[in-house]
Amino acid sequence: MSAAQRFLEVKGLKKEYVAGNPILKGVDFSIDSPGIVAIIGPSGTGKSTLLRCINRLIEPTAGQIIFDNSDVCLASGKVLRHLRRQVAMVFQEYNLVERLSVIENVLSGRLGYMTSWQAWRRNYLQSDINNAYELLAAVGLEEHANKRADSLSGGQRQRVGIARAVMQDPRIILADEPTSSLDPKTAVEIMELLEKFASEKNIPALVNMHDVKLAQRFAKRIIGMSNGHIVYDGAPEGITDEHLKKIYGGESWLD
Amino acid sequence: MQKIDHHWQRFTLKQKLSRFTVYLFFIVALVLSVRTVEIIPEFFFDAPEQMVDLFSRMWPIDFAFYPISVHDAMIETLNIATLGTLFTLIFSIPLALMNASNIVASPWAHWIARFFLVSSRSVNSLVWALLFVAIFGPGVLAGVLAIAFRSVGFVGKLLSEALEEIDMGSVEALRATGAPWGAVMLKGYWPQVKPAFFSIVLFRWDINVRESAVLGLVGAGGIGVVLNDSMNLFQWQQVAMSLLAIFAVVVAAEVVVVNIRKRLI
Repeated sequence: MSAAQRFLEVKGLKKEYVAGNPILKGVDFSIDSPGIVAIIGPSGTGKSTLLRCINRLIEPTAGQIIFDNSDVCLASGKVLRHLRRQVAMVFQEYNLVERLSVIENVLSGRLGYMTSWQAWRRNYLQSDINNAYELLAAVGLEEHANKRADSLSGGQRQRVGIARAVMQDPRIILADEPTSSLDPKTAVEIMELLEKFASEKNIPALVNMHDVKLAQRFAKRIIGMSNGHIVYDGAPEGITDEHLKKIYGGESWLD
Repeated sequence: MQKIDHHWQRFTLKQKLSRFTVYLFFIVALVLSVRTVEIIPEFFFDAPEQMVDLFSRMWPIDFAFYPISVHDAMIETLNIATLGTLFTLIFSIPLALMNASNIVASPWAHWIARFFLVSSRSVNSLVWALLFVAIFGPGVLAGVLAIAFRSVGFVGKLLSEALEEIDMGSVEALRATGAPWGAVMLKGYWPQVKPAFFSIVLFRWDINVRESAVLGLVGAGGIGVVLNDSMNLFQWQQVAMSLLAIFAVVVAAEVVVVNIRKRLI
């Protein structure tokens, strides 16, 4: 690997849900340094689609996604599963298994490393179990370990979601609007957690967000998307009202 | 100030006419079917007398008959219902998975699964029993298979519907961790569908207890055989005993099912 480690490279990524009506119209970017990269842009511009193409929850129509020296788009079966376990994902609606306990939700981040039989027998490695409890402590939910996930509040659930993601021991974290369902204070706490884990693990976190201020506060780099294209890619300080107008359209919402 | 009278009515004239046509259709259909049924007035009007007569023959209930025949037959009935319900799972779980569109995407698989589920349901358990009595001879085995085959459609259909209703978010999250298919099924689908699964299976068991009581009429074992024999011999007091036993078991089954469900959910 070169001195400037390349974590992810996306080349000419296109996605059409309906033929002839592309939502991503050729997206190019690469991530060469750890830390939070915020993707901002209006609803429906393909931010979620972009993230879901990276771990192939959605099939890209064309383009390349180079991760760990191989093209994610060409992977299938076991190879794809092995790529996926290095790509952790945090969701807007948390997507925990509501009827399982908090600790089991965190442990489920290890399922990619286990066989189905081991999953059925709940044969988690002792080191994984220790790690899961440490992570729960790190997100401040130690005492909730044995509660059912559906008894937690939104902010607490997202902490579990992040713990599950980190449990994968990922080389990149994808977060799809992780703070959009949360109040402003909790949103900041969640971003702080993402920042903390990204720097601890020395990995990038690609975060979709709506809140430009929050993005500027936490991100090292901002990618602005509009209409299926990247229209801004650079430092958070470099974003001007002109850029925001281009990204979101209109200007009455700017103060 | 100018006042405008807004005109509003719930149905347009066309709607009123079509509603009236539907009412008329139902009345005509009712009249026609009453005329086709051909009730024999002699039998119809002395029905109350016949009923009183039947009940008087049934009374007093022949409790001594219980240890002689009813008890063993009743146990056999419960065995048929329980074994039949368990056998059903072997077929209905794979069919339910095949039929759920959020598990198997192929429309071919759906059609195959649906074919088996519908054919299972379209045949009454009595008819299944007749079929299996012809193949395996009279007895418990025919009863168990009849119950199992009839239940496949019921359990399979309801289970696949329950599977389709689950929240796919957590399934998506588990797929994103790189979990193998089996682990996604166990940790994503199963916890969500578990209460519905037990609820469906217990409900079917409850139905099967009642159905297996009737299966004996065609020789498929259980209390039905005893009931049929007593009826043929005009032993109405014994018939009453069998009916009472069935009633007691059905009530007990209901209580058991309600209590188990409460604990599961």
